Amino acid sequence: MNDAHPAGAFAPLDVRVARKAFHAASGERLEVLDDIAFTLRQGEVGAIVGPSGCGKTTMLRIIAGLDRDYDGAIARPPDGKLGMVFQEPRLLPWRTVDDNVRLVAPAIAPDELAALFEVLGLAGHRAHYPGELSLGLARRVALARAFAVKPELLLLDEPFVSLDQALAARLRDELVTLVDRYAVITLLVTHDIEEAAALADRLILLSARPARMLADLPIATPRRSRTAAEVAAVKAQVTDRLVALGQPAVMA
Amino acid sequence: MALRLASLALFLATWYVGSLIAGERMLPGPDTVLAAVVAEARSGELFLHLGATLARVALAFLLAMTAGAAIGYLMGRVRVADRLGDPWLIVLLNLPALVIIVLAYIWGGLTEIAAILAVAINKLPNAVVTIREGARALDPGLDDMARVFAMPRWKALRHVVIPQLAPYVAAAARSGLSLVWKIVLVVELLGRPNGVGFEIGVAFQLFDVTRILAYALAFIAVILAIEIFLVQPFERRASRWRLRPA
Repeated sequence: MNDAHPAGAFAPLDVRVARKAFHAASGERLEVLDDIAFTLRQGEVGAIVGPSGCGKTTMLRIIAGLDRDYDGAIARPPDGKLGMVFQEPRLLPWRTVDDNVRLVAPAIAPDELAALFEVLGLAGHRAHYPGELSLGLARRVALARAFAVKPELLLLDEPFVSLDQALAARLRDELVTLVDRYAVITLLVTHDIEEAAALADRLILLSARPARMLADLPIATPRRSRTAAEVAAVKAQVTDRLVALGQPAVMA
Repeated sequence: MALRLASLALFLATWYVGSLIAGERMLPGPDTVLAAVVAEARSGELFLHLGATLARVALAFLLAMTAGAAIGYLMGRVRVADRLGDPWLIVLLNLPALVIIVLAYIWGGLTEIAAILAVAINKLPNAVVTIREGARALDPGLDDMARVFAMPRWKALRHVVIPQLAPYVAAAARSGLSLVWKIVLVVELLGRPNGVGFEIGVAFQLFDVTRILAYALAFIAVILAIEIFLVQPFERRASRWRLRPA
């Protein structure tokens, strides 16, 4: 929770998904999500933590409005802009870095855009095409694109997976800078408890499929002043909790 | 470039030797044909007929590509449209060009509209099939991206969909251009008072091989120019984002 931003400036994100199922090719019904409910306020960062394949991405797609076939209701900030970082960068290969960002955010002021590229270390890559970028750079462009629209709701689907540790840590710092600057509602999906403990104000723990809510844990210390020891303590607490619930403690 | 010139020289040499063996009447040499091209150009006949054919090719091509792209895109994206359109497509694909042309002339009279429609209908199913393949291969991830970021429809079409379809459009255009001009000649031969096909029909009655070759080569030169000055620059522009080997 971020005290620098008055609550109520825009509506919270309220998620209630009673159930979500897929029909497999074999005809059987595959339960994916089972009774998940949580609320995030402005400036708050929520992290959905759960084992691979438990339905985290499905959850995000439902919240993003890409999948409407579920029982339940999602209340998003009304007319709120949405920014999303998919698991893959999903850039348009035939447009430059600059154009990729400007296509979704035509209203952004040139100096604001320049500042955003500066924060993400992309200033020298604006004229490049995505095919000329490394994966790490492409992920940063995807982050820049999501922030450029000035979202009220920011959805991140494992944005740092498959990056090396040092780069992931740097990008996490950049994300924190941006989240604090723009005061958005952020929902991060990850299977990395440490990442969640470092970034989030609230941890939403999911079980293996069909995903149920195991816990909704707020973290009291603001993330800016969280020490490595506190992050480790949160991680240990979550791990203990998972073990107590009979869930796999190592999520990968 | 040197290799291409050598290949061209080999072609001309083979032609020349062939004409020596077969005799000027059956296969006139390159010089005779070139002289005929120059003579036809001087009289203005050549440009009249080339122009008529080119106009028909352009109209039929544009018509077939526009309709083909729209139908192909719809069939690639909407399952019901695909199910409904598929039997029609198979019928059209397997209907001989000659049948379409003759029926068009019988039903529409020996008119310009009937001629151009007949050519366009012949090309249409190929364009549909190629563009449909492209529409089926569209990346759903990029569609989701466009939806999440609330891209307006026309913008998504222009920046997300059309660049993905561009290679398929180029393939359909290239095979289409050659197909269309061949069919235009048949249409002209059967029911038009001008154009390259008409001239070749007259030359056939007179057994004038020189004239047949002169008109065919002149038109091939025109198509080659279109390929080099229009199709290739378009392709280069459309693929400028691809990494080139350094």
